[in-house]
Amino acid sequence: MNGGLRQSMAWLHTWVGLLLGWLLFLVFVTGTASYFQDEITRWMQPEVHGQHNIDAGAEGAVAYMQKHAADAEQWSIELPSERAVATTAFWKEKGETFAQWRDHAFLVDGDGKKVDARDTLGGWRLYRMHFDLYYLPVLWARWAVGLAAMFMLVAIISGVITHKKIFTDFFTLRFGKGQRSWLDGHNLTAVLALPFHFMITYTGLVTLAAQYMPWGVTAAYENRAAYYADAFGADEAPKRSGTNAPMAPIADMLKQARETWHGAEPGYIFVPIPGDAHGVVKIIRATGAGMDTRGETLTFDAATGVMHARPPARGGARETESVMVGLHAGRFAPLLLRWFYFLCGLAGTAMVGTGLVLWTSKRRLQLPDPERPYFGFRLVERMNIATIAGLPFGIACYFMANRLLPFDVAQRPNWEANWLFIGWGVLCVVAIVRPVKRAWVETLSVAAAGFFAVPVVDMMTTDRGLFTSLWNGDLVYASFDLMMLALAGLLGFCAWKVHNRKEVVRVRRKKEAVA
Amino acid sequence: MPRSTPTGAPGARLAHALDVASRTVLAAVGGYVAAALTAAGFARWLPIPRVEAVMTGMLVSFAVYAVVAIFAFAVARASRVWFWTSVYCAPLGLALYLSMHGGGA
Repeated sequence: MNGGLRQSMAWLHTWVGLLLGWLLFLVFVTGTASYFQDEITRWMQPEVHGQHNIDAGAEGAVAYMQKHAADAEQWSIELPSERAVATTAFWKEKGETFAQWRDHAFLVDGDGKKVDARDTLGGWRLYRMHFDLYYLPVLWARWAVGLAAMFMLVAIISGVITHKKIFTDFFTLRFGKGQRSWLDGHNLTAVLALPFHFMITYTGLVTLAAQYMPWGVTAAYENRAAYYADAFGADEAPKRSGTNAPMAPIADMLKQARETWHGAEPGYIFVPIPGDAHGVVKIIRATGAGMDTRGETLTFDAATGVMHARPPARGGARETESVMVGLHAGRFAPLLLRWFYFLCGLAGTAMVGTGLVLWTSKRRLQLPDPERPYFGFRLVERMNIATIAGLPFGIACYFMANRLLPFDVAQRPNWEANWLFIGWGVLCVVAIVRPVKRAWVETLSVAAAGFFAVPVVDMMTTDRGLFTSLWNGDLVYASFDLMMLALAGLLGFCAWKVHNRKEVVRVRRKKEAVA
Repeated sequence: MPRSTPTGAPGARLAHALDVASRTVLAAVGGYVAAALTAAGFARWLPIPRVEAVMTGMLVSFAVYAVVAIFAFAVARASRVWFWTSVYCAPLGLALYLSMHGGGA
C-alpha cells in the first residue's frame, strides 16, 4: 500500500460509498420519511376524523371484537401514538398466522366508532421499506440493508480520516464550480450532521442485531427461545379453561397501567384466548413514551382486571440497547426535535446523493474521450439519475395512488406500493434512454411535477384539500400538502439548475488543449 | 494502496487486483468473524448475568467489525493485517470451541 493512510482511506471511502450508495439513498429517503410516519398515515386515511383518544379507541375496538370475533384466538389492538388518531385492531382466527393479520383488521376513530376507511398501510409501509425493502424475502432485505449500514459506518470513519482540513472545508461552500461544488456540498451535509450520521448508523445496526450478530446467543444459550425468554420476558401462554367469563372493563386496566408508569401512555393491547376464564390482557407501554423504546409489558387477569406482578427491571446492557433503538427511531421526540431528526435525515440523503454525483463529476474530467465514456462510468451515471430522481417520484406516485385507486379495490395497500415502483420504473427507463443531461432535467422535472400533483389530486378527490385544511386549522393535512409543494419546488429548482448548466467539461478541455 | 488502478505491466495490474481482493475479503469476512467471536466471548465470559453479557457482546461487535475493516485497508501490507486478525481470532475461536464442546465449560 503506497500513498499513506489518508490516500488509502480516500480510496476506501470512494468505493465503499459508491457500491452501496444507491441502496443507502433509498434507506435514507424512507427513513427520513418515517420520522413523520404517523402524519403520513393520517393523511392517507382521510376518512378518519376526530381527536386522539386512547381509551375511546380501545373500548371501541374491544366492543367491536366482542361482537364480531368472540371466538378468535387472539385480539391485537394498536393504540394511536400522541400524533395519531386511529386505533388499528385485528384478530387472529384458529389456524391462521400473524402474516394474515390484514384479513381481519379494522380502524376505530377517536370517538370509538369503527371507520369505513380506505385500506392503506400509510407511512408504516415506507417505514418497513427502510429495512425490509420490497418484493424480497425479508431476511435477505435486512442483510442487504445491514451490509449497507456497515459500509456506511466504514465510509463515515474513512471519510473523517480523509479530511485533514475538515473544519475549514466545512465553512467552504462554492456554488457553480462543478466538481468543487459537489465536494463542498458533500462535506457540508456530512459534517453538519456528522454526530447524527454516526449515531443513526450504529444504532441502526443495533436495531437488527439479533439477526446480524446472533453468535453470543449461540455461545451462551442452548437455544434462541431461551434467550428471548430471558431478554424480553416470554411467559407461558394462558391455557383455555373451557369456561367463559366476560372481560373486565379495559379502561380500568389502562388506568392502572398509566398509574404504574407514572403517566406514560399504553401503546399496544394483546388479548389471547378472549372470553375464557383463564384469559389475560397484556398492555405494553407506548414506544414513544420514553427514550427507551422497548416499553414494559404488564399482564392483567382478563376476567377480574387485577394486575399481575411486574416483570423484573432490565439490566444495563438491555436498557442501553433499548435506548439505542429509541434514539434511532426517535419515537419519543417532541415536535421540534422531530423536525431536527427530519432535517438531519434530509442532510444524510443529500450527503449520499452528492457523493454519488461527485464520483462521476470527478472522473468526467479524466475521461480519455468525454464523448464516449467507458461502460462503468456510464452505468454509474445512469444509476444515479434513476435513483436520485426516480425514487422521490415513486414516493409521489405512492401518495397519488392512495387518492386515485378505487376505494375498495382488492389488495389496495399492495397496489399503492406497486405504483411506487411503477413510477420509479418509468423514470429508470427515461434515465437509460435519454442523453445524460436531458435525462437529469426531464426526470427531475417529472419528479417535481409529481409532488406538485399530490396536493392537487388531494383537493380533487377529498374534502380535505390544502385550502380547506388551512381554513379549518387542520395542521397535519396542511403541513403534508405544503411539504409536497416544498419538495416539488426543491426538485424543480434542481432541474432548472441542471438545465442552465454550461458544459464545464468542454471548456476545460479546450483550455488544456491550448495550454 | 494506489488510488487508482495503475496503468502498466499486466503483472502490476494483477498484483494490484489481488491486493484489493485480499483486503476486501479480509475486511468483509475477517471483520465479521472477529466481531462474531468477540460477541461470543463476551456472552460466555463476562461476569454479569448471561442475558446482559449477550447483549453487551452484540452492541460491541459492530465496532470491532468497523475497526477491522478500516485496518484492512489502512495498513501498508495486507499480509500484516491477515497476521494480526488471525492472532486475534484463532486463540479466541479455539478457547470458545473448547469451552463449549470440550466437556468442561
